[in-house]
Amino acid sequence: MVASRAIGSLSRFTASRTLRCPGYISRNFSGSSALLTRTHINYGVKGDVAVVRINSPNSKVNTLNRELQSEFMEVMNEIWASDQVRSAVLISAKPGCFIAGADINMLASCKSVEEVTRISQEGQRMFEKLEKSTKPIVAAISGSCLGGGLELAISCQYRIATKDKKTVLGAPEVLLGILPGAGGTQRLPKMVGVPAAFDMMLTGRNIRADRAKKMGLVDQLVEPLGPGLKPSEERTIEYLEEVAVTFAKELSDKKLSPKRDKGLVEKLMSYAMSIPFVRQQIYKKVEEKVRKQTKGLYPAPLKIIDVVKTGIEQGNDAGYLSESQKFGELAMSKESKALIGLYHGQVLCKKNKFGAPQKDVKHLAILGAGLMGAGIAQVSVDKGLKTILKDATLAGLGRGQQQVFKGLNDKVKKKALTSFERDSIFSNLTGQLDYQGFEKADMVIEAVFEDLNLKHRVLKEVEAVIPDHCIFASNTSALPINQIAAVSKRPEKVIGMHYFSPVDKMQLLEIITTEKTSKDTTASAVAVGLKQGKVIIVVKDGPGFYTTRCLAPMMSEVLRILQEGVDPKKLDSLTTSFGFPVGAATLVDEVGVDVAKHVAEDLGKAFGERFEGGSLELLKQMVSRGFLGRKSGKGFYVYQEGVKNKSLNSDMDGILASLKVPPKSDVCSDEDIQYRLVTRFVNEAVMCLQEGILATPAEGDIGAVFGLGFPPCLGGPFRYVDLYGAQKILDRLRRYEAAYGKQFTPCQLLTDHANSPSKKFYQ
Amino acid sequence: MTSILTSMFKNLPSTSKWALRFSLRPLSCSSQLRAAPAVQTKSKKTLAKPNIRNIVVVDGVRIPFLQSGTSGLLHRTSVPKDVVDYIIFGTVIQEVKTSNVAREAALGAGFSDKTPAHTVTMACISANQAMTTGVGLIASGQCDVVVAGGVELMSDVPIRHSRKMRKMMLDLNKAKTLGQRLSLLSKFRLNFLSPELPAVAEFSTSETMGHSADRLAAAFAVSRLDQDEYALRSHSLAKKAQDEGLLSDVVPFKVPGKDTVTKDNGIRPSSLEQMAKLKPAFIKPYGTVTAANSSFLTDGASAMLIMAEEKALAMGYKPKAYLRDFVYVSQDPKDQLLLGPTYATPKVLEKAGLTMTDIDAFEFHEAFSGQILANFKAMDSDWFAQNYMGRKTKVGAPPLEKFNNWGGSLSLGHPFGATGCRLVMAAANRLRKEGGQYGLVAACAAGGQGHAMIVEVYPK
Repeated sequence: MVASRAIGSLSRFTASRTLRCPGYISRNFSGSSALLTRTHINYGVKGDVAVVRINSPNSKVNTLNRELQSEFMEVMNEIWASDQVRSAVLISAKPGCFIAGADINMLASCKSVEEVTRISQEGQRMFEKLEKSTKPIVAAISGSCLGGGLELAISCQYRIATKDKKTVLGAPEVLLGILPGAGGTQRLPKMVGVPAAFDMMLTGRNIRADRAKKMGLVDQLVEPLGPGLKPSEERTIEYLEEVAVTFAKELSDKKLSPKRDKGLVEKLMSYAMSIPFVRQQIYKKVEEKVRKQTKGLYPAPLKIIDVVKTGIEQGNDAGYLSESQKFGELAMSKESKALIGLYHGQVLCKKNKFGAPQKDVKHLAILGAGLMGAGIAQVSVDKGLKTILKDATLAGLGRGQQQVFKGLNDKVKKKALTSFERDSIFSNLTGQLDYQGFEKADMVIEAVFEDLNLKHRVLKEVEAVIPDHCIFASNTSALPINQIAAVSKRPEKVIGMHYFSPVDKMQLLEIITTEKTSKDTTASAVAVGLKQGKVIIVVKDGPGFYTTRCLAPMMSEVLRILQEGVDPKKLDSLTTSFGFPVGAATLVDEVGVDVAKHVAEDLGKAFGERFEGGSLELLKQMVSRGFLGRKSGKGFYVYQEGVKNKSLNSDMDGILASLKVPPKSDVCSDEDIQYRLVTRFVNEAVMCLQEGILATPAEGDIGAVFGLGFPPCLGGPFRYVDLYGAQKILDRLRRYEAAYGKQFTPCQLLTDHANSPSKKFYQ
Repeated sequence: MTSILTSMFKNLPSTSKWALRFSLRPLSCSSQLRAAPAVQTKSKKTLAKPNIRNIVVVDGVRIPFLQSGTSGLLHRTSVPKDVVDYIIFGTVIQEVKTSNVAREAALGAGFSDKTPAHTVTMACISANQAMTTGVGLIASGQCDVVVAGGVELMSDVPIRHSRKMRKMMLDLNKAKTLGQRLSLLSKFRLNFLSPELPAVAEFSTSETMGHSADRLAAAFAVSRLDQDEYALRSHSLAKKAQDEGLLSDVVPFKVPGKDTVTKDNGIRPSSLEQMAKLKPAFIKPYGTVTAANSSFLTDGASAMLIMAEEKALAMGYKPKAYLRDFVYVSQDPKDQLLLGPTYATPKVLEKAGLTMTDIDAFEFHEAFSGQILANFKAMDSDWFAQNYMGRKTKVGAPPLEKFNNWGGSLSLGHPFGATGCRLVMAAANRLRKEGGQYGLVAACAAGGQGHAMIVEVYPK
């Protein structure tokens, strides 16, 4: 579950997509009539400063596509040719977005490495022209400046950014399995130093404006303005432009030098970097770290290191050439296709396809202040929802309130919030033991213990006090929602909202609708989830819904493998080296052995032989011995406060020995062990699509990767089948079926795909 | 701080000599000035309300607002002791030793020790709060005579040890053995000595007021030149008023070892060229708020004698003005920190049943040129009124010829806690001198709060 943290950062991409960017009307200009013919760019002259405004039509963001690039170069050529203009300002007319990056679809449409390489080289040439411009160019940055947008900005002579939370700079290409392909790998190290450049390009992290100023990535900050005679966003961007124009003038008048004064630390750093030995050590260190983290499954980070190295050691020409070639190779790789697929899926799952709900949820009530309840409360108050947190006991409530406070306080420590903002956010939370105030609630989310009778009891209690329009959502990982709704007076208002633990870190929310759930209820639940910052999949009701149902057969196989004598450490390393962020045995400990047993029993009853494999006895004995996993301090491993390297729980040896079964020699190689786990997972996922639990393969991929940690480099079970071929997976399943039985029988849909290779989940 | 206050009390009107002095003044008024407002017809003859006591200002005084650093002792005069029912003083930065500075000053000034006193604080409108608290006490019949005022001693603000140092010092007190003490001392680090100054920044946003003013000016597109011009106006008018002896609320103040200060020493009319040379003080290097177009913080104190009308008349006083309707407002402390007057003005006018044209004298607190000009623009914008104030139309900007005609905080200085009384006295004195009936006092304050009050001249 901790799984998807690894690619959690992917979500930052989409942030810019959800921003509201009201179109801002450009003011009158001395501009020529040529302005009318351009769709992405308009430009005018203020004194002797050209102001170039980027504004892609019909889109919330500006993306560097072919059209925009050609218009941009046209404008720049005009500026360079004009006697009247001595400097230029580049600015976006969209307040929340400078340039969000290059157009991904432009890459997707390419058929060969050479084609992508050519695109990269065109970009390199364009930005080189900017870099060599004799008329100073100032990039005025407000909103996201990512990928190609950043590469454009760092080619300019000067950068000014608004100091607000929306303004972020970053090179997130690595998260899509590619690299900055328009000179970024060459310019960034020169601008911020090699270590900082590696950090940006290898993690893809977003850098806020104030941090960017400290790093030397931007030269000047502009404070966002409040409302004046216009809305603040509009006025702020005008102000940014005014300030940028004065700086552009000063640059062209030589009153200001674009060279930045370097601090002592920076000077020392650049001196150190001039020593070849030091440089080699840095490359080595970074490479070692990357290899360890990616386990060789992701080619992009290593290529980034290689390209940077080439540029520094062999000069610009070699660097640019290497950058464009590697860019081409990466764009054509399966890993990149998988990651880009996830990106698209994520964008899709950040939209509410059920439309706007009739009534906005403003007052939320949560039942149960446990780990999940408090987690849901935290992500809700964070976004300004008035939230009641109710528990049955004062001790439980206190613990939950403390969890919320701690979560917010950690953000203060990371300087993401001020202590004042923390207090003001925390004031949205009301902790209580009774149902006072529930008459105003628009939605109640119950996160009480996973026990059907208990859930029935609270449902009845709550329905007695809530208003008619109020939605009752159940946070459960396996109990079928229709069973919970059975005692409801208004089943159309009952829905499942399956959050993942820890709620503030895990991005996925699985929403479960029953036959009776109304569309408006679904729309409302999705709206709340989106507000909480979640990536949402909406699935049909059924035992285990989608995520739990996919995980269960894999877990069953985990037990079987352990019974066959593979020790938990080995199993963990086999799963992580396949790309799972958390090892399979550790995952059981993290989820909780008792929870795993509970789910395995329930789903085992529902699905019968499909879910067979390992013996449930193993979990039962663990529970009876009190080995509940991390929460009890012991599971497959022993957990001690402050001890980082966990050791195996030696008490498990007896249990495992008593349940030992002989391994089947032809299907117990390391590779077979990995595939036994993965194919069962994939087979069950496809089955969910076949049965209509899932509406789309995209949701299946997002759910598997973000909720269960399915290897992101494979793009999710459906993308995996598409990219690696259904036939191969089918063959493996058949082999394992022959050895073990029906739990490996491939489902019909997968067989269909294997039979007609042209069939793809993603067309 | 106490000493300054004490001197204030002692300068409040104690004998009919004061009344005499003031009653003479109207005679010196030119008939022209008096005639002018007579043309206008007020929408209301007076703001007196049935069943509510009229509350009057008998008089108000202040010591010259000195640039911080020239504070000093007091000089003594005789003062009435037992007529005062209650004393209220506003202050912003409190001294640890005189947390209820009003009481200490009252005792020191020889007021009856039977007269209770309390201190109020509401940032730059602390003195206003002191006055309106007094108004409340009189209106509700609890008191007849209240002394209200404000004091600020910027040249001696309390500076604390850092939290770490404080903790160590407290722990040292508790440590019993030498060993414990030594082990505590071994934890000492040099940075413990770095002191904590009282915050000038907003607690909620960590932004200094000057920074916010610069952003406000930019939000309303107020240029640097406009700001400098306005500051120059303030200084020129203050100088003129000072030269003509109009700032009659000032009483001399002897600084020990130095000459007696008889006038505000911050009034320095300069030239636009010189002002243009200054670098921005807050948003560097491209901001517009500079030292020259900001108010400066000073030591200072002001006090007013407020009474129920019948009591004042019974005691033979000739009051100067009625204190009428007042409002407090508050708004977003980040982006609208200094827009208090914009919010308060229409509200107080509505409450009093007046319109902008009824007002003959505007006295606004000038925190920054940019702030005043931004407030003008906001008051004059329908868009702002509709989107942020929930009003149908704008209230309109005050006409400049009626606005802060005797200078303002930009030129006279701004002792946080004491400015409120100066504004009221300036409005009252201007109405008496220039003619006219109603004055409007407005001010903004840290925390995004604001205040406005209507002052009505006492009929002669």
